[in-house]
This record gives sequence, structure tokens and C-alpha cells, in this order.
Amino acid sequence: MLIEETLKRIQSQKGVQGIIIVNSEGIPIKTTLDNSSTVQYAGLIHQLVMKARSTVRDIDPQNDLTFLRVRSKKNEIMIAPDKDYFLIVIQNPSD
Amino acid sequence: VLALVSARSCPKPIKGEKKKRWPVPLLGELCDSSGVWISTVGRMEIVHVYTKLRSEFGRQCLLSDRPAELLVDVPPDPSLALQFIQKTPRDQALQACRDMSEHQVNTERFESDSCGINHVEGGWPKDVNPQEVEQTIRFRKKVEKDESYINSILQLGSVMEHCIRQNNAVDIYQVYFEEEEEVEEAPDAPSAKTINVFRDPNEVKRTVTGLSWHPDGGRKLAAAYSCLEFQKTSKDMSLDSYIWDIENPNRPEMTLKPASSLICLDYNPKDPHTLVGGCYNGQIAYWDTRRGSQPVEVSSVEQSHRDPVYKIIWLQSKTGTDTFSASTDGQVLWWDVRRLSEPTERLVLDLSREGNLDRALGAISLEFESTMPTKFMVGTEQGVVVSCNRKAKTPAEKIVCTYDSHHGPVYALQRNPFFPKNFLTVGDWTARIWSEDIKESSIMWTRYQMSYLTDACWSPVRPSVFFTVKMDGVLDVWDILFKQNEPTLSLKVCDEALYSLRVQDNGRLVACGSQQGGATLLEISSGLSTLQKNEKSLLAAMFERETKREKILEARQRELRLKERSRSEQSREEDVGREDGEDSPDQLISRAQKDFYSVVETELRRRRDREDQENRVRTH
Repeated sequence: MLIEETLKRIQSQKGVQGIIIVNSEGIPIKTTLDNSSTVQYAGLIHQLVMKARSTVRDIDPQNDLTFLRVRSKKNEIMIAPDKDYFLIVIQNPSD
Repeated sequence: VLALVSARSCPKPIKGEKKKRWPVPLLGELCDSSGVWISTVGRMEIVHVYTKLRSEFGRQCLLSDRPAELLVDVPPDPSLALQFIQKTPRDQALQACRDMSEHQVNTERFESDSCGINHVEGGWPKDVNPQEVEQTIRFRKKVEKDESYINSILQLGSVMEHCIRQNNAVDIYQVYFEEEEEVEEAPDAPSAKTINVFRDPNEVKRTVTGLSWHPDGGRKLAAAYSCLEFQKTSKDMSLDSYIWDIENPNRPEMTLKPASSLICLDYNPKDPHTLVGGCYNGQIAYWDTRRGSQPVEVSSVEQSHRDPVYKIIWLQSKTGTDTFSASTDGQVLWWDVRRLSEPTERLVLDLSREGNLDRALGAISLEFESTMPTKFMVGTEQGVVVSCNRKAKTPAEKIVCTYDSHHGPVYALQRNPFFPKNFLTVGDWTARIWSEDIKESSIMWTRYQMSYLTDACWSPVRPSVFFTVKMDGVLDVWDILFKQNEPTLSLKVCDEALYSLRVQDNGRLVACGSQQGGATLLEISSGLSTLQKNEKSLLAAMFERETKREKILEARQRELRLKERSRSEQSREEDVGREDGEDSPDQLISRAQKDFYSVVETELRRRRDREDQENRVRTH
């Protein structure tokens, strides 16, 4: 289906290590990683996105978070938030 | 003057009726309710009574017109105006805004504690058991079929792809010029800033005459307070000296209570808990900071110095308990702190090497370098630096040589920690650097400063940097590789004179003590406290060069003197008639006169010739 195609396209990009789709309650809906990592990412990133979003909205209530990128030494975690779901992609860009 | 115009005559009061009195209104106010007027003038009450016959109550009021009657006229009293001063113009502040008030509230303290929650599995709805795989799969499948899910994921997917491609296109955190990271930092301008000032907590301020850094890391500074001015000590002057923690300038960390005020003190480099101090009355006192403020032991009065102990330094020894002290009574005494009842050794600074105290030079500063444990140097009040050898066989041989250094007392004396053959002395208005081999004069010296120099020391990290303090409250930092004729950095630390100076072992912190009891702690910029490239070799070359120059000068002087002597001897042989080898003053004067006139004559002749020549040229 359309979603499968999208996810497959993303997965085939250079350096992408994993994709997770999480719903607004922190439940991972779809993932390409193993269960324990998925659960860990889902729980931690959910909290981070909530905090980031509330920060942006506290500063300007008309503003909203559109994208969040966490760059670390080993990889980059990109999070696209939506009203009900987030899409998390872990990429290693220098490879 | 109040004129009461109308005073109604009242009819005879009927029996049983009372006179009515109304409350007193303001002066001139008329109270009118039923025709009763009351006015008061001062204390006098004028009562107006209105009476009405009983039988007339209820009768119809018959009103009639009548012209206005002046009843009370109170003209202004100019004499009262004299009690007031007219004030023009008057300022009246107005503000057209809302009234605000300010309150302060102190909330009740509440203790907060932070703790984290490990969120293991997302917020599964109540009917789904997260452990059950089937239920979770079913839930997930249900969500996947939801239309909003599909739409949002598609949209998010395109956004995400854009960012992924961005990452792959350019690495925004690429480090450029990674190989060239060894960029030479431009040396920052020399500067120093005051970190803390430790003030004498007593009422009567005493001078900080001695400072010593804690040997272990230098977190503490011991300062000796005393009053060195002749007969200026007052009875209520405190005798205490303090140990300060450099982080806390408000209160000293520990007090040292000697029997007489301390002039100098020194931390034991081997044992950071012990200190030794020299007192104003000549005694030596030994403290252990673990054992309180009183000295653990004090040397006996008979065996100590007869004058204030100006300098005391710990020695390097196996037991780590040896120290030696110097005083203006002309003696240098060695002590073992375990037994302060008498000194272990005594040296009298008599230059004629006879041990005669009357002719001894008073010692003001001492120098000891642990790399050369048998040699030490003493700076005297007479401006002579005496170099001594401790391990000499006889007391006469203890004094090795002297250097005639300053016009006044040598207040500071220190060998360069990197070049022990060269030492720095400070006294009168100059600072001089000497080489051990050259006894005639110093190899380098500063020009005469505007005020007296009181203390100096080398930087322990940079061989070419030394610090001096002056009586006008200025701290000078000299970098002889950079600039030699003036200090690289000159800082006015305080308005009163600075008397002591100590650099901490890391070379960055400098403490200086002032006359009013304030010990200032300064931090020197990194440029002056980090070893530069080639500094040691450059400085070694400089010292060598200067030493050689002095040697050449010395040799030349000697030659000249020899020539003079031989010439005077020759002339004595030739001229038998002469009484002494030198000309008498009269003969010198006549010779000078002759020389002068001959010079004048030749000059005049030359000028005349020139003029003649010019005239000849012009007439042609």
C-alpha cells in the first residue's frame, strides 16, 4: 500500500538505520528495529517531543513544532511530529 | 478684633426651660437650625437662647422679609499672617495613573526531589494487555487501517525524506582545516585582575609584612601582620596573624596567636599543617594548624634574636624540621623545631670574619634554594648581599663573598628558579639582577623608579618574569625578554604602600600585602604565566651576554686602575721633589685654568680666521 511504499523508500535512503511510527500515547505502531530498541526509542522520544512542543508553544502560542533533529556523535535521530502520530527515523549521515 | 454685631436680648427664661448649648462650630461658622447662633471667640462662649411660649407652639409660621443683617464679621488678622512664610512657587506632583502597591511574600519552603520514571511501554488502552502479543498485534492492525493514520504518515514521510536527502547531500558538521588546529593563539595583552581582598578584621590596621602560600595546591594563604614603624604600635593593637582561605575573604580561616606580632612566616613545604613564624621581639614560634591557634612551641627569649626576625625559611633536611632565621641584630640562627629552646647553629654577619656582633650587618632578607642546600644568601640593611656557605669548616669561612648592591636595605633577595646562578635583589629604588660570578655590579638593573621598592619575587613558571611592589601601592610585572626598560604590566593595587608579595606555585595567583592590612589576591593573565617557546634558551643567552659584558667592563676597570697606579708610581719616581704622588688642589686649579684659557684662545683665533675668510669671499 501507499504507506508501505513510503516506508520502503525511506528505508532505502543512504544511511537510514531504522524507522519507528509512534502514536500519541507512545505506542509503537510500526517499526523496523527490534522490540526492545523500539520500546526504548518510543518511550524516550515521546517525552522529548512533548517537551519540545510545549517549549515552542510556550514561547509563542501560535507557533508549533514541525520537525525535531537530534544530532549525536554516532547518528542523527529525526522526528516528524503530527497531531496523533510521530515518525522517527535514525540515520547515520556520514556513512 | 471680633465685632459681634447682634446680641439678642433674651427674655426672662420661663421656669423650667433650660438654656440650650450647641456644640462648638468653627470660628465664624453660623449654625442655623431654629435661629440659634453660636459663635466662639477663644474660650468665651456666646450663647444665644431662643425661647418660645408653650402656648405659641404649633402656631403658623409667619415669614417676613428683612434685609440681610451682618452678624459676625471677622476681618483678617495680619498679625497672624506673620506666623506663616509665603512659599512661591509651589511644586505639586501629580500622577495620573493607577494606584499600585508592592508586597513581598515569602512562600513556605517546600522540599522538592527529582526522580525519573522509566516508561516502559506506551499507554496501551485498558482493554489491551501489553503482554499479550495477539492483542497488541490486533490493536496495531486496527490503527493501521485508520484513515487519519494513513494521511498523516504519508505527509510525514515526505517531510522526512526531504530531511534525509538533505543530510545525505551535505554534512553540515564537517570540520574544515582539521589538520591546522595548532593555531598559535595570539598572546593576549598582559593583564591582571583582582580576585579578592582580605582585610585585617581588627580595628587598628596593621601592615601585612609576610605572606606564605599553602604548599599543597595553594588554597590557603597565611599572612603575618605587624606594625614595623618605629614606636607606632599601640597597646590595643592585636597581635594575631591569620590564615585565609582564598575563597572566603570575609573571615579568616584560622587565627595564629603569637606572644608578639609576627613579622614573617613560612609554611613547611613538606608538611602543610605546620608553620613557623618570626616575631617582633626576636622569638621564633612554631604552629601546627591541627592543634589550634596557640603556638606549639616558642623559642626561649634569651637564645633568640635581639631584634625583630625579618625572615624565616624552612630548610631541606632529612627530618624536615630545620629552619633558619635572620634578623637585624646581625645574626643568622638555625633551629630545629622540635627543640626551640636554643638554636642549633649561629652565624654572625661580621664581614671582618671575627664574629663581632657590634660590627655585624643587620640582616633583612634571606634566600635559600632547595637545589643548593649548602649555600644561602643574606640581604642586609646596609645594602650588602652576603653569600654564605653553611658547610664551611670554620665560622670565618662561612661568609664566602659579598655584593655591594643597594644604597639602602636589601628588602628582597631571590634566586631565579630556572637559573640559580642569577639572583634578583630589590632595595632603594631599583631592582637588580646579579650573576654569582660578577661581584662588582649587577648584570641588569631597572632604572630608578618613582618610589621605593619593597618586595620582589620571580615567577615560578616563567624564568623571565618577576614581580615587584612599591610604596605607592603599585605592583609591577617585569618581563625582561619583552621589555627591559619598564615593566610589562603596572597595576595600582591600592592607595597605600605595599609591603609584601608572594607568587603562588602555579604562577597565576599573586598575593600582595599593604600597609592598611589588606592582602590583595590577583590573577595574572595566561600570557604572563605560561612558559613561552624558547624562553629558557633566550633568557640563558641574555644572562650570558650581560654577564660577559660585565666581565669585560670589570676587566677594563681593573686595567685602568692598574695603569693609573703604575703611572702615579712612575711620576713619583721622576719627580723626586714632589711631596705626594698626586697634585695638590692649587696646582690642579692652575693647570685647569691654563687649559681653559688655551682652549678659549684657539677657539677665538679659529673664529677670527673664519670671519676673515668670509669677508674676503664677499668683497671679491
